[in-house]
Amino acid sequence: MTNAAVASRMNAVHLPPPGRVQPRNLIIGASILLAVASILSLSIGATGIGLTALPRAVSAALAGQQTADSLVLLNLRLPRLLLGLFVGAALATAGAMMQGLFRNPLADPGVIGVSSGAALAAIATIALGNVWAAPLMKLFGVYALPLSAFIGGFGTTMLLLTMTRRGGDVIVATLLLAGIAVAAFAESLIGLISYASDDRELRDLTLWRLGSLSGASWPKVIAITPFALCLALLLPRMVRSLNGLLLGEAEAYHLGVDVPGAKRLIVFTTAAAVGAAVAVAGVIGFVGIVVPHLVRLLGGPDNRVVLPISALLGGSAVLIADIIARMAVRPAELPLGIVLAVVGAPVFLHLVLRRSLGRTE
Amino acid sequence: MALVLNQVSVLRGGRRTLDDVSVTCEPGTLTAIIGPNGAGKSTFVRVASGEWSTDVGTVRLDGVSIASMPPHRLASRRAVVPQATQLAFPFTVREVVTLGASVPGFATQSIGDVVGLALASIDAEHLQHRYYAELSGGERQRVNFARALCQLEAGARYVEGSTVLFLDEPTSNLDLSHQSLLLAQAKQQAARGRIVVAVLHDLNLAAAWADRVVVLAAGHLVAQGAVQDVYRNELLSDVYGHAVRVGTVPEPGYPFVLPTSPRA
Repeated sequence: MTNAAVASRMNAVHLPPPGRVQPRNLIIGASILLAVASILSLSIGATGIGLTALPRAVSAALAGQQTADSLVLLNLRLPRLLLGLFVGAALATAGAMMQGLFRNPLADPGVIGVSSGAALAAIATIALGNVWAAPLMKLFGVYALPLSAFIGGFGTTMLLLTMTRRGGDVIVATLLLAGIAVAAFAESLIGLISYASDDRELRDLTLWRLGSLSGASWPKVIAITPFALCLALLLPRMVRSLNGLLLGEAEAYHLGVDVPGAKRLIVFTTAAAVGAAVAVAGVIGFVGIVVPHLVRLLGGPDNRVVLPISALLGGSAVLIADIIARMAVRPAELPLGIVLAVVGAPVFLHLVLRRSLGRTE
Repeated sequence: MALVLNQVSVLRGGRRTLDDVSVTCEPGTLTAIIGPNGAGKSTFVRVASGEWSTDVGTVRLDGVSIASMPPHRLASRRAVVPQATQLAFPFTVREVVTLGASVPGFATQSIGDVVGLALASIDAEHLQHRYYAELSGGERQRVNFARALCQLEAGARYVEGSTVLFLDEPTSNLDLSHQSLLLAQAKQQAARGRIVVAVLHDLNLAAAWADRVVVLAAGHLVAQGAVQDVYRNELLSDVYGHAVRVGTVPEPGYPFVLPTSPRA
């Protein structure tokens, strides 16, 4: 080794290794949080089942006895819990996937308009459900809404990808601005549909736009089940390609990633996750940006950690926000999207204002 | 057993960025690609590494067309050190190098030694816990070099046949000592039987380290061969559109090139 090299080694600043949490500890912590959030979510609501009464209600429900508590638990709380878990996990992992796809920690299905595109498609399906889309609704039943939302989300993502690429790289500022424009356009169409529709539908549409789990039911759980399975199957398959894509598309190819195939898979999976989440809970922003950001802070940006932990923490985040939404203005409920935006928007702003996007910690 | 470009042409944006180029790179040799700006040097690396497909002609590695090899198979046999890589996520240097072993099909267990050796070979061990985004351009080049080494080493247990290391202007941001260190490492990879292809801007570095030189100009192959055969006053002056004079330093005997000024 040359003298100069030795000298540069001597003078090098030895920074302490970044304070990362071990993946194992992250999984344990996130699981405990999720368990606590789940129990609280089962217990809290308009008719509260006290924490002490919860075990009795559970055993009654398991034994098939129809007590008041067991009915509330089975028909209201449990589907709500399952939907909350799915919506949180789906949105958080969709955020992490989009951030990999666009190579940008600011990408989020809500912020860049993918959720709005999915909502528009779903709302159009509802609005046209009695007329043109009637055969479609009949054919797909409970799956009609998540399917149309999936198609809307897929189309929006493809549109954004096409619009914001210049010679292999996604221009970040263009992406965010184009996303805002696409979201605004979708919102305006949603507004147009709601303006043209009658009162009952209009109320539903408001919930769609602000996000809520208040309509949770078993048919909705059934409707998202195939999407949840699809997500669980596909996510582990894209960890390596997502990690490669963080370096760049050319670098990912050099590392053996089938880039076009990987991108198709990511867009497809993201749209499936967002579409199903939007179909059962409306547009909920910021989960996809805040949760992966937090996970990267704690455990680093490796998607082997980011994807699974984001799923766990995303579920917890939505459950906790839903608890707050139910508690804050009892007996009424706040829209879930509002609760999450109160926390998420400042975090997003913080990320935008950090000039050096090179680091997200 | 070689990397062979046979009559390769590449059309990009209505322009032939490579025009009928045939080049053979042998195992055990460091081939330098030189030429003025816009000569097609980066295109050469993109096509030869499989990143871009050819419009005419073929690229073969040990006789097999690389266009027919799936990306993960190709990735076990060739690695690329890019010109510059930005990273918008907080990876540490060690994590970036470890990504080299993330080729689909590679085991990622017990890769720590490979990563450590790759970092050490390029004098970057002390950087390993720093964030990649905080590094200078030269430090990033060294880290990407280590990542490419890690990829080839991690893949070594899965492949038979020639392996290729591409370097796209690897020394552009490096100081003198690290230029030499990096090219010495590249040379060592060649000595171990790999095919090493480096785009070099600096004619003197190419003369000092390359076994063979490929000269490109405006997408055409102008010359290829040993340094002594290619480094001629009229050839280089012609290619660069500027009068140069080739001399030799006495001791190791390799040529050096001086751009001439009107005073000379």
